[in-house]
Amino acid sequence: MGLALLVLIWLITLVSTYFFVAKTWWLPVGAAQAAHWIDGQFALTYIVMGIVFLAAQLGLGYIVWRYRETPSSPPVKYSHGNTTLEVVWTLLTAVLFIGLNLMGSTVWASQRFAPAEAGAVQVEVTGMQFAWYFRYPGADGTYAKTTPKLMDPSAGGEAAVGLDPNDPSAKDDVVTGTMYLPVNREVDLSLRAVDVIHSFFVPSLRFKQDAVPGLNIHLHFKPTAIGEYEIACAELCGLGHYKMHGMVHVVSQEDFDKWLAAREAEKQ
Amino acid sequence: MATPVTVHAHAAPQGFIRKYIFSTDHKVIGLQYYFLALAAVFVGMFLSLLMRIHMIWPNTVLPLVGEIKPETYLSLLTMHGTIMVFFVLTTAPQGGFGNYVLPIQIGAPDMAFPVLNMLSFWTTFVGFIVIIAAFFVGGGAPLHGWTGYPPLSAVQTAGPGEGLGADLWITSIAIFCLASLMGALNFITTTLDLRAKGMILMRMPLTVWSWFITAILGLLAFGVLLSAGILLLLDRNLGTSFYVPLIVVNGVVMQHKGGSPLLWQHLFWFFGHPEVYIAILPGMGVASQIISTFSRKPIFGYKAMVYAMLSIGFFGFMVWGHHMFMSGMSPYSAFAFSILTMCIGVPSAIKTFNWLGTMLHGHIRFQTPMLYAIGFVSLFVSGGLSGPFLAQPVLDIQLHDTYFVVGHFHLIMGVAAIFGIFAATYYWFPKMFGRMMNETWGRIHFFITLAGTYAIFMPMHYLGMAGQTRRYSQFTEVAYQTKLIPLQTFMTYAAFITIAAQLIFVINLFWSMFKGPKASDNPWEATTLEWTTSTPPPPDNFGGKTPVVHNGPYEYGVPGAPKDYVMQTDPAVAAAGH
Repeated sequence: MGLALLVLIWLITLVSTYFFVAKTWWLPVGAAQAAHWIDGQFALTYIVMGIVFLAAQLGLGYIVWRYRETPSSPPVKYSHGNTTLEVVWTLLTAVLFIGLNLMGSTVWASQRFAPAEAGAVQVEVTGMQFAWYFRYPGADGTYAKTTPKLMDPSAGGEAAVGLDPNDPSAKDDVVTGTMYLPVNREVDLSLRAVDVIHSFFVPSLRFKQDAVPGLNIHLHFKPTAIGEYEIACAELCGLGHYKMHGMVHVVSQEDFDKWLAAREAEKQ
Repeated sequence: MATPVTVHAHAAPQGFIRKYIFSTDHKVIGLQYYFLALAAVFVGMFLSLLMRIHMIWPNTVLPLVGEIKPETYLSLLTMHGTIMVFFVLTTAPQGGFGNYVLPIQIGAPDMAFPVLNMLSFWTTFVGFIVIIAAFFVGGGAPLHGWTGYPPLSAVQTAGPGEGLGADLWITSIAIFCLASLMGALNFITTTLDLRAKGMILMRMPLTVWSWFITAILGLLAFGVLLSAGILLLLDRNLGTSFYVPLIVVNGVVMQHKGGSPLLWQHLFWFFGHPEVYIAILPGMGVASQIISTFSRKPIFGYKAMVYAMLSIGFFGFMVWGHHMFMSGMSPYSAFAFSILTMCIGVPSAIKTFNWLGTMLHGHIRFQTPMLYAIGFVSLFVSGGLSGPFLAQPVLDIQLHDTYFVVGHFHLIMGVAAIFGIFAATYYWFPKMFGRMMNETWGRIHFFITLAGTYAIFMPMHYLGMAGQTRRYSQFTEVAYQTKLIPLQTFMTYAAFITIAAQLIFVINLFWSMFKGPKASDNPWEATTLEWTTSTPPPPDNFGGKTPVVHNGPYEYGVPGAPKDYVMQTDPAVAAAGH
């Protein structure tokens, strides 16, 4: 029985570890500045926890087999424990866990505590059941007023976010269903939701943030590779949660300018 | 001046109803809780089976169940989570085993408040009926998930099931909170006031410590959830705006303003995080008890185990914000919650070290209870080690609300806690029913269940890293997620096998209850008080006698003792070998 248990525990441990090490399934390739830091911190945590996982599980399997009761077992070691050992592993675990945590916190701080760089491209993201809308403030750099009474999700676009046409700054506001961003330029994001909580998750850009009704959440990030990246809603928002999907197109600055100019032209 | 609490040893009640239905005997009530949880776990498991089938074959029409639509899927997951967390993981370990075993282990004739005990069970029962009723009302069960985040949960038009179904859901939880508060008071009072002579706190079995600490957590946590739930009911039905700001649902401006969706999250997780420990602490107690008994060695670091559980309970109330790193909460507070969460990993690690230390140089016996206790340790390690990933806000950017989280909490508070329940069932069954469970079938059940649960929940970590979001009824709409379907399919097959294997357990349980070989008073050669009384125990637990305690709970392999174990009621052993 001890041997069967050892084999099962070791097998589970080694098979699980194999798929982590082989990276059969892994984080998508990062396409934003933060990816480097996040993936580094992930790798560090993963190596430390992987070692503890292997040591604990393999040790567990070994101990249950090695100390199984047999007719020839030596008498048990009558002991109530060892205070020195308790103190040592308490301190070791504390240093390891808390140290790991402090190392990751600089990344968090750089993204969230400081404002976006000057010259960042402004985009407002609005989540609603079950679509994402993206608003660019236009040449005046000002988002026009939106009014709940004007919101009409079935109409889509400007009507969906409730853009107030009487506000003069609404003239150059562009509202789209697909997000375009220039590469290597910081994005100053405003996140809003009109009905329930949604979450704006772009795995390849290592970006996630809940969009909460009543809050306007500002965050910034910088895409670093041209490409198309999928948005998946990450907060349960109702029956269409699974299909609340969108695309981010990261393009060159020229292509971005052309695209935005074309949207402005359409609007006129 | 404190008045000593006295409990009159009651004579065995006559008549079926007073004896088995409205009984005030903690042993009967414990079994009632246990069988309620058993019914609930089968409902919850059946729901998960339907979910796993729908995820892989979204268009299949099942006999009796019919077509599972995306909103049906969300109802299934809401009810699965709620039923499992409240009516299984909170009910069986604490209400079931705690009720049955705690008074006997401290040498008491019953709980401190037997009538309150009966009331708390029947209140729980009503709560269960109310939540099951949510399936059968117009619109069906709610789709807002077990965490019920408003505004989705607060607005009747936000989705199917958000009408009467959602009201029943929150009402059931409120009823459950009331029952748990009554139970918690009873457990705390009983532990503090009804211990037998000589049962000082530091001689209590670790199981008693775990139920005691769990009761304190319950007392502090369920009151908050109850209040939060009442506010949600008011928002839903009376137009208040505790949680709902000005919103527009389906183009209609709602009559709410100024509320905060984050308020609910703070209140919910102030309950919700301690709830994780309410589910797992009794499992830790049971694992400690069983590992010491079946290794024939004293528990390694008894005091460290007690302090570890106390600090887990203490820190458990300071980490709720780690569920909210992505919620829009202040990013500064994320720092504090993150550090405190890492701190809670420390006592958890201590417990693991001490379980391994107990087995080291022991004489391990592999009866089924021990197999499950070893499985518990393995799952606790696996589920625990994904914690330091999720405790880091910066990694939550990628992992929050993905399958990585689902894998993490299923391993540690789901399956590990269930393994604690299995271990406790196989361990105390002989005391409860006077018969032994079948060992061979117990072992087969264990091996399939351990391998099966890993096969279901370990791949979830891979899915989460790849960005698979949770609570998606289908993976067909997002291209990168479509690629992950083969792994989901594997998990569904693993679930089929694992769920089928649970029938072995149920058959063994009921067959052994009537046909199992007769059990002796102390079949495991254990030391705590429940093994000093007859099997099953008489109505007043010790047949008119009051036990007197002279020893700690885990005196195995004492040098010079006549047997390899010394009961707590035996003459005191010399404090050698420390």
